Amino acid sequence: MIRRLLLLPALALCTLAAAAEPWTLDTLMQRLADRAGGRVNFIERKYIAILDEPVVSTGQMSFTPPGRLERQTVTPKPETMVLDGDRLSIRREGRELDLRLRDYPEAAAFIDSIRGTLAGDRQALERRFLLSLGGDATAWWLDLLPRDGKLAELVLRIHIEGQGGHIRSVEILQGDGDRSVMTLEPADAAQPPA
Amino acid sequence: MSRRPVIIAVWLLILALCIGNVFRTRFTADLSAFLPRSPTEEQALLVDLLRDGMVSRLLLVGVRGGTAAERAAVSNAMTSAMHVDPRFLSVTNGASGHSEADRAWVFGNRYLLSPAVDPEHFTDAGLYQAISHTLDLLASSAGLMVKPLLARDPTAETLAVLDSFTGGSQPARHDGVWASADGERALLIATTRAPGSDTDGQEAAIQAVRDAFGEARATHGSPEMQVLMTGPGVFAVDARETIRSEIKRLSLIGSALIITLLLLIYRSFAALALGLAPVVTGALAGILAVSLAFGEVHGITLGFGITLIGEAIDYAIYYFVQGAARAHDAFWRTIRLGVITSLCGFGALLLSGFPGLAQLGTYSMAGLLAAVLTTRFVLPALTPEGFRARDVAPLGRWLSRPVLALTRLRWPALALAVAAAALLWQQREHLWHHQLSALSPIPVEAQQLDALLRADLGAPDTRFLVVTTGASAEDALEQAEALAPTLTTLQTAGQIAAFDSPARLLPSLHTQQARRDALPPPEELRRRLEQATETLPLKAARLEGFISDVTTAREGPLLAPSSLEGTGIGLGLEAMLIRQGDHWRALLPLSSPRGSEGLKDLDAERIGQAVADASVPQTVFIDLARESQRMYATYLREAWTAALAGVAAIVVVLLATLRSLGRVLRLVLPLTAAVLVITALVVLSGERLTLLHLVGMLLVGAVGSNYALFFVTADPADGLPEPETLASLLIANLTTLCGFGVLALSSVPVMHAIGVIVGPGAILALGFSAMFASRPRHVAGRS
Repeated sequence: MIRRLLLLPALALCTLAAAAEPWTLDTLMQRLADRAGGRVNFIERKYIAILDEPVVSTGQMSFTPPGRLERQTVTPKPETMVLDGDRLSIRREGRELDLRLRDYPEAAAFIDSIRGTLAGDRQALERRFLLSLGGDATAWWLDLLPRDGKLAELVLRIHIEGQGGHIRSVEILQGDGDRSVMTLEPADAAQPPA
Repeated sequence: MSRRPVIIAVWLLILALCIGNVFRTRFTADLSAFLPRSPTEEQALLVDLLRDGMVSRLLLVGVRGGTAAERAAVSNAMTSAMHVDPRFLSVTNGASGHSEADRAWVFGNRYLLSPAVDPEHFTDAGLYQAISHTLDLLASSAGLMVKPLLARDPTAETLAVLDSFTGGSQPARHDGVWASADGERALLIATTRAPGSDTDGQEAAIQAVRDAFGEARATHGSPEMQVLMTGPGVFAVDARETIRSEIKRLSLIGSALIITLLLLIYRSFAALALGLAPVVTGALAGILAVSLAFGEVHGITLGFGITLIGEAIDYAIYYFVQGAARAHDAFWRTIRLGVITSLCGFGALLLSGFPGLAQLGTYSMAGLLAAVLTTRFVLPALTPEGFRARDVAPLGRWLSRPVLALTRLRWPALALAVAAAALLWQQREHLWHHQLSALSPIPVEAQQLDALLRADLGAPDTRFLVVTTGASAEDALEQAEALAPTLTTLQTAGQIAAFDSPARLLPSLHTQQARRDALPPPEELRRRLEQATETLPLKAARLEGFISDVTTAREGPLLAPSSLEGTGIGLGLEAMLIRQGDHWRALLPLSSPRGSEGLKDLDAERIGQAVADASVPQTVFIDLARESQRMYATYLREAWTAALAGVAAIVVVLLATLRSLGRVLRLVLPLTAAVLVITALVVLSGERLTLLHLVGMLLVGAVGSNYALFFVTADPADGLPEPETLASLLIANLTTLCGFGVLALSSVPVMHAIGVIVGPGAILALGFSAMFASRPRHVAGRS
C-alpha cells in the first residue's frame, strides 16, 4: 500500500504530462460530482470461501445527490433497498425493514464510502478512509483503506475503478477474507432518459 | 345512675379495641375492589389480567432532557442498576447486549423451534430447496447476517425462528438504545416482580426506578433531565396518593365546617365534644366491621367516613335539641324507625357483587348502629348532671313561618319533580356512563402520558385476545398450536393483521417431538446432502458442522418452560403462558388490521365465530374493552336491583310501623321527588351518571327518611313538628350538606359522585319533606 502511496505523485506527474488537465483526487471528485445522479445496471458477485462459485445478484442502482441511494435487485430474488439520509429501508418478500444508519456504525461507514464516492465528496471519504488514487482520466483506480480498526475488522479495503466521471467496478475485500465485486454500467443507454 | 361508670367503661373498652384494630388494618386504594367477585369466565380472566397479569406489571419509562448521548448513557446505567434489582423481573432499553444471549439460545435450539422443520424439509428435494433459498439470501442485503451461520445452519433455521418471533415493530434506536420517534426521549420497559394489585410493591418499584434514574443522572447526565413513568402500577400508586390526600383534605374541610356550625349553635365546647362522641365511635366501629369482614379497608370506604359524620352527628343533634323537649319514648321511636330505614338502604349495598360497594354498606351499617347506640346509651351517661344544650326553640319558632310558606309550594314542587322525571325518561339512553374507567381516578394528563409512551414504544395493544386454558402447560401450548391455522386464515383474509402465540416461543412437547423425529440420522443426512448439493456451489463436504448439530439435536432433550429462564424470550413466554392455580392459560394477542385511516377495529363477531368453529376446548375470544363495558353494565344492573330491594325493604318497614298507607306515601313522595330533582340537575349540568350516583341516591333516601319521619310523626293535633325538632332538622341538614358537599369537590370520581348527589339532595329532601310530609293546620283544615 505504502508503495502505491509513494507512487501516487509520480503517477500524478505522468498524467499531468499526458493530459491537459492534471489527474488528482480533486479532479476525480469534481468529475464524480458533475456526473452524480442517474441510473446504472449492476452485477454483484460475492466470493465466499465455503462456496465453489460466487453468488451473483443483478439489478439497477440509482443515486440522487446528495444522499439518496436506491438499489433494486432483480435476480435471484427481487429486493429494494433505499438509503435516504440516515434511513435505510429494505423490502423483500413482502416484508419491510426500516433501520437507522447511526445505529449500525460499521455498516454506516461502509455505505458512506459508496455514497461519498458517488457524490464526489472527498471530505466525507477522508473522514473514514485513507485514499489513494492511480491511473489517469481514462482508466483510474481509487483505494479506500479504513482508518478505524473496528471498521477494518469488517472491511479490509475497497477498490474502485472507473473512467472519467463513471465508476466501473467496486471491489470490497472483507475482514474474513471473502470479497465481493460489483461491476456497473450506465443504464441510460438502454433506457430513454427519464 | 349507678350504671353510668359501667357504661362508660364498656364504651371506652370498645373504643380501645377499635383503635387497636385500626393499627392492624391494611388500607388499600387499588381499584380492583371495584371489580366483581363472582364474574363470568371472561370477566375472571379480565380481572386476573388487570390485577396480576404481566400487563399489570408493566412499567414504561421515558428519559427526557439533556443530549441524546446523555440520555443513552443514563438509559444504560438505569438498565444495569435495575437489572440486578430484585424488585424487577426484567428491564429492557433496546441495547443489543441482551438479544445476543437470545440469539445464542435460538441458534442452539433451532431444530426444535423452527416451524420449517418437518420430514419433507430433510429430504433431498427439501434440502436442495432450503439451501438454494439460503444462497439467495446470501446474495441479498441480509447476506452479512446469514454468512457466519452458513456452515452450521445452511437451511437458515435460525432466521426462520427469529422471523417467527418478531411480533410488532420495535421502537427506533438512538445511540444504541430505544428512543421515541422524534428522538427526544430514551425509553425503557420494566416488569415488576410485584403484581399490579400490590400497590405497596408497585410503589417500591417506582421508587427504585426514580433512584436508579437519580444515580444515573448524577454520573452520566445533566441536572435538567427528567424521568417519566406510566403503567398500571403508576396509576394505582397515584390513585392511592390522590385518594389519601383528598380524604385528608376533604375530611379536614368537612370537619372544620361542621365543628364551626355546631359551635355557632351550641356555643359550648362540652356539647360539641359530646356531639362528636357518636361520630368517632361510629367511624371506628365501621372500620372494625369492614376489616373483620373483608380483611382490608379500601381508601374510598374510609373517605366515606366523612359522609358518616354527616349522618351520625344528626342523632346527637336530635338528642340534645329534641330529647329534652319531646316525650322520651316518642323521640326514640322515631329515631329507631329512622335508623331501621337507613339500615335497609345501606343493607342493599351488601348485595352488590362489588367488594368495594359491599364495604361501603358494611361500614355504613356498623357505623350507624354504633353511632345511634352511643347516642342512646353512652351520651346520657356522659352528659353531666344539669347539662342543657342551648335552647334552639326560638330558631325553630322562627323557622315555622318559612316552613308553612313552603307547604304552599307543594304543587309547583310536584310539577318540578314530574318535569325532572320526564327529563330523565327522555334522556334515559344517555344517562349512564358505560365505561368502567368512569370510576377510575386517573387524571387526563396521566392518561395522555400513558398514550404517549405507549405509542413511543409501540407497546402491544392487548385489547383483543384469544385465550385457551389447559390442565398443564403442555395442554395450553397444544391448544394454542391447534388455533394457529384458524388465526392464520383470518390473517390471510385480512381480518386481523397478525397474532402472537406462546407456542412460537416454546412449541408444545408434541410438536418438538415431531420435529426431532423429522431429523435424519447422520449417515442418512450426509447421503441426502450429497444428492441435494450436487448442482449447488455449497458442497456437502463443507457441511460437517451442520450434520453434527442435527445429530446433537436428535439426541438432545426437549425444551420445557424452565429452559427459557433468564432469556428475553422467557419473559415473552411468561406474558403469554400463565399459570393460574392448577391450570395454565395461553394468551394469543391479535392485532387490528391497518386501514387507510389508522387501525381498524376487528370484526369481533366474525373472529369469535371462527375461534368457536375451531372447536379447541376451553377457548374464548375476548375483546377486553367490550368485556369491561359488559362487566360494568352487570354491576349497574346489580346495583339497581340492590337499590330497588333497599327501597322495597324501607317501604315494608314503614308500612309495618306506621300502619298507614297515607303516611307512608307522605314519607316516600318527598324523598322520591328529592332524588328525581337532584339527579335531573346533575344530568343537566352535563355529568353522566355512574354506579356511585346511584349509591348517592340511596343515601339521599336513607338520610332524608329521618327528616320525613319527624314531619310525619309530628303530633297531628299540632300539625307542625315542635320548634326544637324543626331547628334540629335544619342543623342536621346543614351538617349533612357540609359533610357530603365537600365530597363534590373531590377529583376522585367515586367520591365526587356521592357528594354531588347527597349534599344538595339532602337539602331538597328536607324541603320536600316539609312540603309534603307535614300537615300544618291550615292545610289540614282546608282539606
